[in-house]
Amino acid sequence: MKTRNQALIENVSRRNMLKGIVGTGGLVIAAQIVPSSLLAAEYKTGAGGMPGGTVWDPHIFVSLGTDGTVTIVTHRSEMGTGSRTSLPMVVADEMEADWSRVKIVQAEGNEQKYGNQDTDGSRSIRHFIQPMRTCGAATRYMLEHAAAVVWGVSSLECEAENHQVIHKPTGRKLGYGELAETASKLKTPSLRDVTLKDPSEFRYIGKGKVQITDLHDITTGHAMYAQDIHVPGSKFAVVARPPVLGGTVKTYDEAAAMKVKGVIKVVKINATPMPAKFAPLGGVAVIADNTWAAIKGREALKVTWNDGPNANYDSDTYKAKMQAQGKKPGKVERNEGDVDKALAGAAKVIEREYYIPHGVHVPMEPPAATVQIKNGKAEVWACVQSPGGTRGDVASTLGMKEDDVKVNVTLLGGGFGRKSKCDFALEAALLSKAMGGAPVKVVWTREDDIHHSFYHSVSLQHVTAGLDKDGKVIAWRHRSVSPSLMSNFMPDPKRESSLELGLGLIDTPFNVPNLRLETGEAVAQTRIGWFRSVNNIPHAFAMQSMVAELAQELGKDPKDFLLEMIGPARIVDPRKTVTSELWNYGDPWETYPIDTARLRRVVERAAKEAGWGEALPKGRGRGIAVQRSFLTYVATVVEVAVDDEGNVTVPRVDTAIDAGFIVNPERVASQVEGAAVMGLSLAKLNQITFKNGRVQQNNFHDYPVLRIGQGAMNVHTHIIENSIDVPSSGVGEPGVPPFAPAFINAVAAATGKRIRNLPLGEQLKA
Amino acid sequence: MKLKVNQQDKNFEGDAQMPLMWYLRDELGLTGTKFGCGSGLCGACTVHIDGKAVRSCVTVMKDVSGHAVTTIEGLSADGNHPVQKAWRAANVPQCGYCQCGQIMNAAGLLNENKNPSDDEILAAMQGNICRCGCYQRIFSAVKSAAQEA
Repeated sequence: MKTRNQALIENVSRRNMLKGIVGTGGLVIAAQIVPSSLLAAEYKTGAGGMPGGTVWDPHIFVSLGTDGTVTIVTHRSEMGTGSRTSLPMVVADEMEADWSRVKIVQAEGNEQKYGNQDTDGSRSIRHFIQPMRTCGAATRYMLEHAAAVVWGVSSLECEAENHQVIHKPTGRKLGYGELAETASKLKTPSLRDVTLKDPSEFRYIGKGKVQITDLHDITTGHAMYAQDIHVPGSKFAVVARPPVLGGTVKTYDEAAAMKVKGVIKVVKINATPMPAKFAPLGGVAVIADNTWAAIKGREALKVTWNDGPNANYDSDTYKAKMQAQGKKPGKVERNEGDVDKALAGAAKVIEREYYIPHGVHVPMEPPAATVQIKNGKAEVWACVQSPGGTRGDVASTLGMKEDDVKVNVTLLGGGFGRKSKCDFALEAALLSKAMGGAPVKVVWTREDDIHHSFYHSVSLQHVTAGLDKDGKVIAWRHRSVSPSLMSNFMPDPKRESSLELGLGLIDTPFNVPNLRLETGEAVAQTRIGWFRSVNNIPHAFAMQSMVAELAQELGKDPKDFLLEMIGPARIVDPRKTVTSELWNYGDPWETYPIDTARLRRVVERAAKEAGWGEALPKGRGRGIAVQRSFLTYVATVVEVAVDDEGNVTVPRVDTAIDAGFIVNPERVASQVEGAAVMGLSLAKLNQITFKNGRVQQNNFHDYPVLRIGQGAMNVHTHIIENSIDVPSSGVGEPGVPPFAPAFINAVAAATGKRIRNLPLGEQLKA
Repeated sequence: MKLKVNQQDKNFEGDAQMPLMWYLRDELGLTGTKFGCGSGLCGACTVHIDGKAVRSCVTVMKDVSGHAVTTIEGLSADGNHPVQKAWRAANVPQCGYCQCGQIMNAAGLLNENKNPSDDEILAAMQGNICRCGCYQRIFSAVKSAAQEA
């Protein structure tokens, strides 16, 4: 169970090298895997508990060319957060490399060699800033020692500085290119010999001046994503998949499909019953000479389906079932004081219900993968967040050893959690096998992506608060009803797992003496997946909406009342009052406790920057919300403008973020800006619904996402500055959770209408 | 059927109903023209036909016969079209996937309107989705490109 949970955690929260280039004089020595506890690190993280742990050996990550080019391996997938640039930048800074002479190479999937590669959970900087600093510092040590060897002097007299080593007493200099061969023959130093830079000496870290490495390629059309991969001889496939989860092919007739010019073959793919992890859904694939022919062939294909028991999945009736669950006592997940007694004795009881429908990621690049099998070895090109996991899954799908599978990671045209699940790569593996090993590229269309995703879970939150006669909140009973993503990995637990509960429910910092958090039963009838910030979205929506509702009830300022609910600056420790476990995002409590001083600070900062309390014209309103997620503290103030017809725009957003020490503030701002857009999308527009087990949405016309000019165009990011001793956390996800409640609270402030069912849609126009 | 792609003469003999996007991507290997929706809803596949921005996923081959197609790869010889430069100066991209379409659309706008108002920029760009949410930077990049062009 421990192992299973570990694997899940790895999955939930989930982004080559040296061999090819070291011909020019690189560092080549066998891999040396060191537990993360042995880093030259200042604090412990959960990185060591992840598959592959961490690796910092320069012989794995850094290659020196005799021309002075420094090549640094980046081992996490790039889906837009910038970690492909930021982690090598950390190495470069510590080794005193000149960034303009650094080349970045993407690692293939190999966690034994590179350390954990599961790029999600906002972990890339959190888990790898320290190993990458160590790696860079160790490289600097080796360069200084190489110079000492060349000059025949003490290494203590040699100092690396901006791509050269200087012999201090004489002023002699050797460039990194000149030192490449000597340095590459040196052994990796022991940790006690590795000295990290003083942060005052950083050239790149924390400055926000380094642009992403792919910027030129992206703007000229040369950046390569999985949809762009063309292995010579490739065939192209699209798959007709069962429209209902658990469905199978009843009959199919390939005749009409085979008549389409360019269609080569029609192949049935078997379904795997749940829990299927990332196994393909099954169906019928059409393989052709080009993508268009495959799409036309699939249109011509005749397939009938056995739908199975999930054919009754209907979002309306499912919501009613969830509501019924919310009304009755659930399984207690965290308990403090005596909620029943407090509610019975309360001067006033307020009961509310909040609902968020399924959502889907729709990364701009729909899933795609190419697989080729040759001489008993499989090679994969895919836009996967977890290349290490993909390697294992492809190997077991094909009955091969992991060593015989190579996973090349392309750029990801967005991920948001969808590309943590490698089902599309497994389809390509099966189809390549069916084609005798020829390279087969599986292309998902946008309709495929919307119809067959791993959906952001539908969620109902039933919250009851008790107030005493002085207006103090004395009781908080919160029932969360939501099908679990664990249903992919084990028999459906029919309620949120400890992992999901730790995403903003049982880790609530609220200062209420009688507090009970419960779960109700909800059976998964589709594939549930993680979506950027996962269950933090519904949990924060309910809690932060309820706080604003209570403030209104009490006639208090929502920001002041939010601070009152958070309570005084302290460490909140729910570990003893939770029923299962507080996973704390897989990281050690000692490094990342729940610190309400930091929570209060972001609330106050966002409010101040937004001009909280200043008068607004009619039709405008501000809302505020805060959430600690992925060990990062984020508060957002949203200002809305609502016209007489009920059209809502968002003229201004202020977000304060405390993510510990910041490596690249410019990319933090881009993540915060993007989170506001995604947050507004889900608060205002996004909804996946099921009828007869089938997803009812198809493409961007009926699953609209935010477009330019529709709000969140004026996002101000306020970064809390921290020294390097404040452990870095992540920024990819934490911007999302506070947005929807802050927005809805602003709508309530502007209009007096309280929205409890997302998305907002046309509700103000009714 | 004859057409020009990035100023080169091309001869196309295949399915006249095939969208231009698949011809560019699968046959010419010009993968800067991205597949996003296949229905003209997201703008990731935007190219120029005779200088005007169009969605290549819903433009079929028979309609481009005799016309000149420009893709992101042909927008400028050195990648330094004012829109591309503005994009880099503003650090617009996150994942980057939609950006070729955004840039082609913005360049198409500036071909037709050298000095667009804010509203004209928003109206012209509203067909191009960015799921990473780079909109405020896209907007400022188009504005600064217009000033420079």
